[in-house]
Amino acid sequence: MNTLVQPLPKPRFPFAPSATLLIAGLVVLLVLATLAAAGIGAVEIPPSHILAILASQLGFDTSRYFTPGEAALFIHLRFPRVLLGLVTGAGLAICGAALQGLFRNPLADPGLVGVSGGAALGAGFIILLGNLIAPLVFPELRMWLLPVAAFAGGLAAALLVYRLGTRAGMSDIASMLLAGIAINALAGAGLGAFSVFANDEQLRNLTFFTLGGLGAANWTIVALCSAVVALVAAVFMRQAQALNALLLGEAEAAHLGVDVQTVKRRIFLGVAAAVGVLVAFTGMIGFVGLVVPSLARLLLGPDHHRALPVSMLMGALLVVIADMGARTLIVPAELPLGVLTALIGAPFFIWLLAKRGKES
Amino acid sequence: MIYASKISVSRGGRALLDDVSLSARAGEVLAILGPNGAGKSTLLKVMAGEFIPDSGDVAIEGRPLGNWIPLELARVRAVMRQDTHLEFAFSAREVVMMGRYPHCQRHTTAHDWDIVDQALQAADAAHLAKRPYPRLSGGEMARVQFARALAQVWPGDTQQRLLFLDEPTAALDITHQHSLLKMARDLTRAHRFAVIAVLHDLNLAARYADRIVLLDQGRLAACGTPAEVLTPDQLMATYHVAAECHTTPNGELWVHTRAAA
Repeated sequence: MNTLVQPLPKPRFPFAPSATLLIAGLVVLLVLATLAAAGIGAVEIPPSHILAILASQLGFDTSRYFTPGEAALFIHLRFPRVLLGLVTGAGLAICGAALQGLFRNPLADPGLVGVSGGAALGAGFIILLGNLIAPLVFPELRMWLLPVAAFAGGLAAALLVYRLGTRAGMSDIASMLLAGIAINALAGAGLGAFSVFANDEQLRNLTFFTLGGLGAANWTIVALCSAVVALVAAVFMRQAQALNALLLGEAEAAHLGVDVQTVKRRIFLGVAAAVGVLVAFTGMIGFVGLVVPSLARLLLGPDHHRALPVSMLMGALLVVIADMGARTLIVPAELPLGVLTALIGAPFFIWLLAKRGKES
Repeated sequence: MIYASKISVSRGGRALLDDVSLSARAGEVLAILGPNGAGKSTLLKVMAGEFIPDSGDVAIEGRPLGNWIPLELARVRAVMRQDTHLEFAFSAREVVMMGRYPHCQRHTTAHDWDIVDQALQAADAAHLAKRPYPRLSGGEMARVQFARALAQVWPGDTQQRLLFLDEPTAALDITHQHSLLKMARDLTRAHRFAVIAVLHDLNLAARYADRIVLLDQGRLAACGTPAEVLTPDQLMATYHVAAECHTTPNGELWVHTRAAA
């Protein structure tokens, strides 16, 4: 029995110094990208002016360092848009990371399992029939129709995938993914059918959902999205160790004392809430939830304690930079953000597939 | 430690287990033997609580399985399965740390990492600690999974512990077949463990098991010490092979088998 009591090598902690450094570096990059994104556009706002505007908002008298036009542009358009990008990227990335953990598959993504499609279908329904439904709702609540419908659509999709993919209380990954494909086909068909009946304005809005973008940003939207994403992220972070254990398999996780069904329910509800709200205001911005967690795992390993927060940082960084590109690449027109993320994400996805093929 | 009584399971009209009862106490290694399809893995799954039998009860330390809080149960009972694959590139050490989940659901401590390292050493897998688990060979994965199961129920107090091993030696070389089963037996001798292992190799079972349960077509065919169960008549009846069983002067039982004439 003496093999059990030998001297030990020194313990290693989940956050190695290199990881701390990398996270700090990402935070610095994110701050710089935020300043740059807020400054760059049809009208340039120098970083010093941005800092002065922020300082004046905090009550300092710095008004001589910027023009009122710059302040209005920054506060009402640029800054909410950049913040919405930040929150959208962080939210989509952590949802992707959590779903990939749940599916034990690095290729899972909120788009892939049909949550985004379901949410877009819910939102499309309101765009098409909102004028009929609106009179039935209190005027103060009408602005909530869209996000609530998107959440309901996303949740319905998630529950359907969950139902179809679960046998005798244990989920079967293959049927879950196939259910996702079916739901996406259904959502695509639904949005296609809606577009036949839509008038010009409704058609533009439907196209917005399919392509995705941050053009609708305002402070109300930023506040709502931030609150939902922060709540969902907090819930997911508490499941980090359980998600690690789940990667061994559901039976193994259950043997370790993980309450598998509860963890799965929390992840599904969280993903439906975050993706639903984000899709309602920014449309379907694809590939962020797929690409970012994979990159985060490549950099810092698959432990969810690190992969979840690092995915949020990198997702925020990716969307802020991509949106900067979307606004400036073909001035005065604007590229749809979803098109840009797909242009970055799809080749990465192909590379990931090729790499997996070679390994197995 | 564990008591399973009158377990019956049928799937699709076929009886996988038919009225099987068995018990194991701390301090012993119990081997479950039987031909393919005899219901060995099913029995292990029922005892591990992985699925609920059509009839019959399982109790650990006198408490029915259903009355245990999952986390509490996980601290005294670990299961090593035949093969566990991972898509993500966790290091072997991180995989073993997953075994500490019932002890630290949120944050791992230095104490947990100590146990992980000792478990890796005990499973002769310390040199694999930093390797990515998905790149290990089948035998190396099995040793890491054994270390994970050990880390889960690592002896630290006087509580009895239960270790289920489902064909633990299937992927291992001869050296590690012996070292794993020796380690498992040592745990029963020194630390109030009960080990229940599904095995195929009759000689490994004879060498390391205190008692053997022989299953045949879902029924309990025999139960007793290796010398009582591993007899030519019994092996002919269950496996349909001709067998010779010798006991060496120092008390070791050897079983030789060949196809029945």
